[in-house]
Amino acid sequence: MLRDITLGQYYQAESVIHRLDPRVKLVGTILYIISLFLFDHFTGYVAAAVFLIIVIRLSGVPFRYMVKGMKAIVFLLLLTMVFNLFLTPGETLVQFWKLTITKEGLRIAIFMAIRLTFLIIGSSLMTLTTTPNNLTDGMEKLMNPLKKVKVPVHEIAMMMSIALRFIPILMEETDKIMKAQIARGADFESGNIVKKAKALVPLLVPLFVSAFRRANDLAMAMEARCYQGGEGRTKMKPLQYKKRDFLAYAYLGCYVGIVLLIRKIGILP
Amino acid sequence: MSIKLEHVNYIYSPGTAYEIHALKDVSLEIGEGQFIGLIGHTGSGKSTLVQHLNGLVKATSGHIYFHGEDIYSPGYDMRRLRSRVGLVFQYPEHQLFEIDVFTDVCFGPKNLGLTQKEVQLRAFEALRQVGFPEEYFYQSPFDLSGGQKRRAAIAGVLAMRPEVLILDEPTAGLDPRGRDEILDQIAKLKRETGITVVLVSHSMEDIARYVDRIIVMNRGSVMFDDIPRKVFGHVKELEAVGLAAPQVTYIMQALRDKGMAVHTDVTTLEEAEREILKALGK
Ligand SMILES: Nc1ncnc2c1ncn2[C@@H]1O[C@H](COP(=O)(O)OP(=O)(O)OP(=O)(O)O)[C@@H](O)[C@H]1O
Ligand SMILES: [Mg+2]
Repeated sequence: MLRDITLGQYYQAESVIHRLDPRVKLVGTILYIISLFLFDHFTGYVAAAVFLIIVIRLSGVPFRYMVKGMKAIVFLLLLTMVFNLFLTPGETLVQFWKLTITKEGLRIAIFMAIRLTFLIIGSSLMTLTTTPNNLTDGMEKLMNPLKKVKVPVHEIAMMMSIALRFIPILMEETDKIMKAQIARGADFESGNIVKKAKALVPLLVPLFVSAFRRANDLAMAMEARCYQGGEGRTKMKPLQYKKRDFLAYAYLGCYVGIVLLIRKIGILP
Repeated sequence: MSIKLEHVNYIYSPGTAYEIHALKDVSLEIGEGQFIGLIGHTGSGKSTLVQHLNGLVKATSGHIYFHGEDIYSPGYDMRRLRSRVGLVFQYPEHQLFEIDVFTDVCFGPKNLGLTQKEVQLRAFEALRQVGFPEEYFYQSPFDLSGGQKRRAAIAGVLAMRPEVLILDEPTAGLDPRGRDEILDQIAKLKRETGITVVLVSHSMEDIARYVDRIIVMNRGSVMFDDIPRKVFGHVKELEAVGLAAPQVTYIMQALRDKGMAVHTDVTTLEEAEREILKALGK
């Protein structure tokens, strides 16, 4: 049940996108997200969609798999849409009772939905094609200049990689504890909110205990292997740009160029 | 007859790259009052199988009957099933959560909607049945030793007074003494109450001494399903799937190879002793 959430999970496959340097993917994702908020025309979203579809095709991750991950945020999406739809002032389109839908509201709601969907697919594409280790390696390398201003870059990267590593483990654990309590007659589904919240105690207590136990074990294991922070630490596989990475940057540049162009002229309303 | 499985298949994460066919066409019957050992190599599907028996996991295809009733039929009372088929998970101590052991054991019967007095009675009895020392009843479950936690967790399921008790590797991670104590306690419980017991393990040694039927799983299918001595007759096949017969079986075979007139189909130390004494003419 819980492991069906694909957000932030790695999908094993052989593809160009998988092989790209994580820094390229990070920069690409950030640029892509920024580009989504630059448009105020539908044409721009066509460009964004085309770009996304090409990358998805290249990545070898089944589209079905990504859509399944989206299910988790459908509610959030709908909520945003509803708020935008009803609460944006402007030229009235439909009115019933106290609710008015305005032309601007409709427009913003649709933009918002497209933006969020693309944003989530785009960023989950990054985590789907990059192992957590690679991702944090890339992040550490990209943020390296910040060390000069005393930002604990290595520590942040290490924390992130551990957190990411723990997500699937804790999900599995949740699943197991839930089943074990259901086997003892626990009921997580029925009842009102208060009852439901109370029913979570038998799940949350063991989960926290186990999370702390794991954290403790991990800290111990790291110290036993002489981990002392990032100072003087070398990598087994240092990140190195290859030809394909520069190519990818070039394509990315093209995309940004097109985006800026569309923004400038705005071909359609 | 109490539980019957017909052509049960189970697939984890179907339709993804992580698809695993964990159970393949499993058909078997668990009779009332039997003491069954379920054995198999790591990943052979034992835990998946036992989670079907109380409806925690729904089979991808196939049917399961409890006392003749299809548990997947609409409107079937799953919660009642779960109270009648008690399942103790692998490492059950990880599910303890209450402030003291006694309250934790009360959790199961309380969920059945019994009166407080009945709940406490059952919890008390269950703790006694697993041999939990009385002076620790009101300790925090997190301060106990591994073996005691394990007992408390088993009591937590027993307190619901199930008709069938399933234990998923109850001795995993315990030392030999803790292991024997827990298994002996379960055997005693079985003798005293006549409850049906399914004991999951991957060690023949553990199981041979107690059970009267062994089901061997291999890669999601049932490989053997017979009385222990018959199953141990297939030493070669068992070894091929990463299992082994109990050591006495090997010793008896070695003795036989050396020309001693002993039967090799013994499964426990006591039987072996008798057999050897007989062969020596004493
Ligand atoms: N929650 C799950 N999601 C996906 N696959 C799973 C899950 N649980 C088990 N599996 C897989 O199903 C197969 C059977 O696992 P199962 O836990 O039933 O084996 P087992 O016989 O109990 O092993 P062990 O002796 O290690 O406990 C394994 O290949 C395992 O990787
Ligand atoms: Mg198991």
